[in-house]
Amino acid sequence: MSLTPSEVVRLAHLARLQPTPAEQQALLATLNGFFDHHVAPMGAVDTTGVEPLYTPLAAVQAMPLRLREDAVTEVVDRNANQASAPAVQDGLYLVPRVIE
Amino acid sequence: MSTELHDLGVAALGQALASRQVSATELAGTLLARQAALDSQCGPSSLGAYLAVDAEATLAQARRADQRRADGESGPLLGVPIAHKDIFVTRDWPTTAGSKMLAGYRSPFDATVVERLAAAGTVTLGKLNCDEFAMGSSNEHSAFFPARNPWDLSRIPGGSSGGSAVAVAARLAPAATGTDTGGSIRQPAAFCGITGIKPTYGVCSRYGMVAFASSLDQAGVMARSAEDCALLLGAMSGFDERDATSAERPPQDYRAQMLAPRDGASASRPLAGLRIGLPAEFFPPALAADVNGALRGALAALEKLGATLVDVSLPRTALAIPVYYVIAPAEASSNLSRFDGVRYGHRAEPHGDLMDLYKKSRSEGFGPEVQRRIVIGTYVLSHGYYDAYYLQAQKLRRMIADDFSRCFAERCDVIAGPVAPSVAWKIGERSDDPVQDYLADIFTLPASLAGLPGMSVPAGFGEAGLPVGLQLIGRHFAEGQLLHVAHALQQATDWHLRSPK
Repeated sequence: MSLTPSEVVRLAHLARLQPTPAEQQALLATLNGFFDHHVAPMGAVDTTGVEPLYTPLAAVQAMPLRLREDAVTEVVDRNANQASAPAVQDGLYLVPRVIE
Repeated sequence: MSTELHDLGVAALGQALASRQVSATELAGTLLARQAALDSQCGPSSLGAYLAVDAEATLAQARRADQRRADGESGPLLGVPIAHKDIFVTRDWPTTAGSKMLAGYRSPFDATVVERLAAAGTVTLGKLNCDEFAMGSSNEHSAFFPARNPWDLSRIPGGSSGGSAVAVAARLAPAATGTDTGGSIRQPAAFCGITGIKPTYGVCSRYGMVAFASSLDQAGVMARSAEDCALLLGAMSGFDERDATSAERPPQDYRAQMLAPRDGASASRPLAGLRIGLPAEFFPPALAADVNGALRGALAALEKLGATLVDVSLPRTALAIPVYYVIAPAEASSNLSRFDGVRYGHRAEPHGDLMDLYKKSRSEGFGPEVQRRIVIGTYVLSHGYYDAYYLQAQKLRRMIADDFSRCFAERCDVIAGPVAPSVAWKIGERSDDPVQDYLADIFTLPASLAGLPGMSVPAGFGEAGLPVGLQLIGRHFAEGQLLHVAHALQQATDWHLRSPK
């Protein structure tokens, strides 16, 4: 199930990354090497009937989704939260024009 | 005092502060001066431990600690200086996670771990270097500069909590926080000859920890003894409603648990009755002879203390590598999608449309290892591959956890083995092949996947006088027992007291 160069380009797009052609080539080689040699053995194990373990404590205890009371517990300081934003104006984040 | 202040650990400093032999302000000043002398930020002779230091902010915290003591407060950590891995967000220091993406970022809040340690009176010395977003096991993936192993500056200190290990080993800080996703506390602790504990998943809050792989990330302590780890872990752990996977348990006194004698123990045999399991898969032929030799010495010391060594098997140990390197990148690709060049973090200039802004900002902001893992994660979660890779890995994760449960139910109380297959390697030696680093994580990944507590305890020295760590793995929530075993070993041996020149 080796990846092709065009699949790497598609994955990079899905990941919102822009590797150069040389980086794409290196990525392809590393991914195929790792998956062919090290990930492939996973497929040989019979996992029929095994429940996936998405969070580790679920192996030893029930992990119900906790709910809290529907009450205001903290006040958000918008100026503090936006202090590290690259571009804001009047409390709004600036992005390139989305709708022409 | 005959011993220099920087040589004292957390417990000893707590006593010196309580008896007013030293003030928090003097102590902070001493360690800041030592940091300035030994850790200037570039050049091959620098340790590269700290990414951010702010003497004024540190001294202000120290004065507050002294004031609290003057007001009648006490406590083993009041005025004790520590440093934080730059993965924990802090209001008073910038937080970068070792990434250009977050260069200069200031958090509007403190992580729960930081907040709780501050409440206990600790004074923050600064923020410590790490692999970018905690992805790496050498600290070479820091976007700023590599941290260097104080035992040999040409070698890596391990990672991702490399700066934490360096600061503690080089006596720049008595203790530091770290985080461990697949070994990031245990492996650098082993490579730098210090004591590190990764508690059970859920023991420390993840709130305010820059997320890498949320089902694996766990905070912990790196210090010079099990006792110091116990003191800090007690203060920083506990239930936090702001973390959806925080374990709902009452606060724990880990120092008391560490000191509590076992049934049937005696002064000379404090570990009487303890069964230590040695997985055959943790001692393969490929394990470096020097590491194996040091471990056998430590295991013999544990036997002398009354423990019994038993053979066990963790048959899916080798599979932990692909399982981890499917699950962790999958979670990383999701977590790191938040870095979009809009709300915080790096924004590429100039840029075209919104898509171009995203792609350029992320490609410029993330380093090669992070990009590699994001692409791997995107791959294993993508349509057509999800079942074969991601779902299969989560099923195997259950089988790996079950293997541990079986060992603990039938054979042993604690599992022991190496932390890493070799001692610390040379900086640059493996940078051509990232997969080499992945494979070297083999002994730390299984406990991470199962969410079990793990420690690295100094176990002597291997090739070129470099430290070797003994890994101890316990049942879920058995931190107290691991600390008890490590403490017993440290009462009988002096490996943990050796320091680099």
